[in-house]
Amino acid sequence: MIFVKDKEIVVPGDVLADEEYHTGRGTFREKNNILSSLVGLVAIRDKKISVIPLQSKYIPKRGDVVIGKITDIRFSMWNLDINSPYSGFLPASDVFGKEKRELSRTFDVGDVLFLRVVDVDEVKKVKLGLKGRGLGKFRGGILINITPTKVPRLIGKKGSMINMIKDETHCDVVVGQNGVVWVKGEPEMERVAEKVIKMIEEQSHTSGLTDRVRNMLLEILGEIQEESEDLEGSEEEEENREEFIQ
Amino acid sequence: MVSIIPEITRESVVYLIKEGKRADGRAFDEYREVSLETGVINKAEGSAKVKLGNTQLVVGAKTQIAEPFSDTPKMGVLMTNSELLPMAAPNFEPGPPDENSVELSRVTDRCIREGKVVDLEKLCIIEGKKVWMIFLDIHVLDYDGNLQDAAVLGAVAALMNTKVPTATVENDEVILDHEKMIPLPFNEKALMCTFAKIGDELVLDPSLEEEEIMDARISIGMRADGSICAMQKGGKKPITRDEILKAVNIAKNKTEELRKYLE
Repeated sequence: MIFVKDKEIVVPGDVLADEEYHTGRGTFREKNNILSSLVGLVAIRDKKISVIPLQSKYIPKRGDVVIGKITDIRFSMWNLDINSPYSGFLPASDVFGKEKRELSRTFDVGDVLFLRVVDVDEVKKVKLGLKGRGLGKFRGGILINITPTKVPRLIGKKGSMINMIKDETHCDVVVGQNGVVWVKGEPEMERVAEKVIKMIEEQSHTSGLTDRVRNMLLEILGEIQEESEDLEGSEEEEENREEFIQ
Repeated sequence: MVSIIPEITRESVVYLIKEGKRADGRAFDEYREVSLETGVINKAEGSAKVKLGNTQLVVGAKTQIAEPFSDTPKMGVLMTNSELLPMAAPNFEPGPPDENSVELSRVTDRCIREGKVVDLEKLCIIEGKKVWMIFLDIHVLDYDGNLQDAAVLGAVAALMNTKVPTATVENDEVILDHEKMIPLPFNEKALMCTFAKIGDELVLDPSLEEEEIMDARISIGMRADGSICAMQKGGKKPITRDEILKAVNIAKNKTEELRKYLE
């Protein structure tokens, strides 16, 4: 017996199903029932029932790709903030091999890197690595933070959502599993992408999102085009505004 | 804990400002959405909740009868305190107030005191013995830049909202009439405008991102007639005379705008 529908919003303690089903993430069993332990959306797959939280923190997992910023340099490693309760570290040996070099010349505090989680041990020390395609330091662009559970939604089925944003705004977009998104392109387009990504985060639990995102993108891009056409005939206005600022 | 700002975020914000734009699309002299609610705490004599974009704080005013300070026997006492709650931002820690918290409360206090928001002399009940004491507590719930303007707006709103029982003196005893509650002797709405200097530009109401990368900051407290009642400069770099004058001019219009929320 099941008491909820797929994609229904539940709160902790809500009874989801009875023993016919299996417990998944965000659920627990009490007596003969399966209950939710989170606020989120129900996801039913075959006989497995789980709850996807509306908001979450990133818990590092081996093999994930994440975006982190360097917070500290130590003798033989960099410390990184990976938007998680646990901080990560990148050993110098992973970057230099056996060579000995000044760490701060390669990456300095405040640099933003795209990394892979190499290992997470029992006490949640997160070892990061830079070996892999596309991993390394970011130059330019902006960072956007979203809730990590919404990352799959932002990427879409086989990357449909993220590719649409890339195509429409002509921006490079990199999504870390930890909910940090890096966007680089024309500054104006970066902001458009930011707006769209924030909108996806807000409405990720609703259906028909891809179409709405497409409409929104086209609408904003249309407006920008009109504006740039208008600008050609309004140089006078531009001058006035400058005077005002002075 | 010091929060570290990614270098690329700094670059993009500085670049945008140079181009005359801001990350959230505001004009340089534009506030985020302001919302103000008063009387949010039943247990306090006066209270207010302010939202400035995503920055959120509550201010509570408590009153009490106590002995005045010996150097000002005829004046009521105003005390301002602020609390940066750890839930407001990842880099706010529990424990004794740090310098940011002290600065917030002291600058707010200065703006209210020097702006003569409340007539402290009318708060005297028996000279040298009994006066009203007002405690203003600022609790920051969510930090997204520019706590200062929000704190002053909230503090003034809370003071306007405060009601005290009428106090009469009989045989050197103070008798409170809780049936007849009266507002505080309120006479001025002094408010504050904060600017962040980024590159060569001054931007009003800095967001968290802007506040983290700013070179300097200046807060200007202003009364309704345009006189300056408080000023505070922060940040590492200097601010020129012209920039201060420009900031004062903008503050004149913008405090007027904020004042509308108090009606």
